[in-house]
Amino acid sequence: MAPDTQAIVDARAIHKHFGALHVLKGVDLKVAERELVFVIGPSGSGKSTLLRCLNRLEEPSSGSILVDGIDMLDARTDINHARQRIGMVFQSFNLYPHMTALGNVTLALRKVAGKSRAEADRLGQAALERVGLADRAGHTPGQLSGGQQQRVAIARSIALEPRVMLFDEPTSALDPELVGSVLEVMRSLRESGMTMIVVSHEMGFARNAADRVVFMDDGLIVEQGPPAAIFESPTHERTRAFIGQIQRH
Amino acid sequence: MTNFERFLDTFFNGKVMLKYLPDILSGMVVTIELAVLIVLSGLAAGLSLALIRSLAIRPINWLIIFVVDLFRSLPPLVIIVLMYFGLPYAEVSPSGFVSTWLSLALVLMAFSEEIFWAGITSVHKGQWEAARSTGLSFGQTLMNVVLPQALRITIPPLTNRTIAITKGTALGTVVAVTEILGEASSAVSNSYNPSPLMLGAAAYLVLFLPVVVLARRLETKFAWKR
Ligand SMILES: Nc1ncnc2c1ncn2[C@@H]1O[C@H](COP(=O)(O)OP(=O)(O)OP(=O)(O)O)[C@@H](O)[C@H]1O
Ligand SMILES: [Mg+2]
Repeated sequence: MAPDTQAIVDARAIHKHFGALHVLKGVDLKVAERELVFVIGPSGSGKSTLLRCLNRLEEPSSGSILVDGIDMLDARTDINHARQRIGMVFQSFNLYPHMTALGNVTLALRKVAGKSRAEADRLGQAALERVGLADRAGHTPGQLSGGQQQRVAIARSIALEPRVMLFDEPTSALDPELVGSVLEVMRSLRESGMTMIVVSHEMGFARNAADRVVFMDDGLIVEQGPPAAIFESPTHERTRAFIGQIQRH
Repeated sequence: MTNFERFLDTFFNGKVMLKYLPDILSGMVVTIELAVLIVLSGLAAGLSLALIRSLAIRPINWLIIFVVDLFRSLPPLVIIVLMYFGLPYAEVSPSGFVSTWLSLALVLMAFSEEIFWAGITSVHKGQWEAARSTGLSFGQTLMNVVLPQALRITIPPLTNRTIAITKGTALGTVVAVTEILGEASSAVSNSYNPSPLMLGAAAYLVLFLPVVVLARRLETKFAWKR
């Protein structure tokens, strides 16, 4: 991390137990402003759990998490307020099916950010514009393709002007021909300077958009570095095996 | 007289019907009052219990489940009779009207709580997570995201249950409530003719058929595609 940039996310020694299952075994992750960190690793290695700990959808068993200087695990922190700064995009979109695209995007603007309906509609429309769906504002999720739904989900997050965006396999549920449009939106987000942590299998995207690739296995970060280094010359055996496996596919 | 004429004279005797029409009409008013009170208080209580249950406070949920199971198991008639004849021993003497209202409201509360609760739990976990991740509180998520989706699923079972329990107002006759069936049966014994009963049946049809049709409309209106 360059010394002149500030850490937006500073997670230290994160442990997470699910009953007897020890899923995160002391993860440290520091993400600088405007950095795009790509997280890879085998199924069950704890990638989703790590992301979900960062905005406290999952309660870490121990450790500390600072996001934009806010102590996420402090009982005195207004977690609902803090979560506005951390956008999250899910594999299954999770749009509200009973609302229009604009309704999805404006709900938190009105209820959490306290905007008037007119102001929320204006900001929501602008967010839909950024994901290329200004003309779909009045459509319900059922009337949108998977790719469009995921872009609305991204708009729902960016409308709140978060300091960091978390993506948990944003394209895994999409038909191959729809993946490109979502990656396109993520790329433009990155160009606008958004700090991003992305769990994904889209290695092509990682290669040309990520600043850093983090390889996780069995609840620990095994290795990390620039994409070229991780993909071309991984130092750990487990990383090599994993990279070899996904490149064969 | 042919058999058919005898049948008409017995069951659809115009003179008898005309005589007891005012009684049946006043019975209808009582039935409507009871039905409205039962539906409003029963559904409100059922929804409140389901919302409290979603807070997941163990001892409170055990209590809710116990109460709900109790009132789903007991026959409504038993509850009405216990309330009317039993409560006076505890120095409370509810009228027949109040006993019927409260009993059926409790039954509707119990069944509708289960239906509302099933609706709430059927909403995908991802909906909660998406809403909470944008900063919505538990209550805001419940009210704005989860409940609207839950209610759509609950409408068909809820309308069926509500209609079935509301028809139970006829049980009020055993505790001297002068609703439709009560008026009809005293008219039958006074006139030695079953025609008032037919009038009573007609009154139920007039009251409940529009409700059943409306329920069907609601069901098709809210059966929406995801
Ligand atoms: N709520 C939960 N309760 C119990 N175990 C859980 C829970 N969530 C996750 N786990 C377990 O924790 C481990 C890590 O899960 P996680 O979803 O973080 O893995 P992942 O790296 O995201 O995997 P994938 O690539 O399949 O998404 C798995 O063994 C999983 O079964
Ligand atoms: Mg995962």
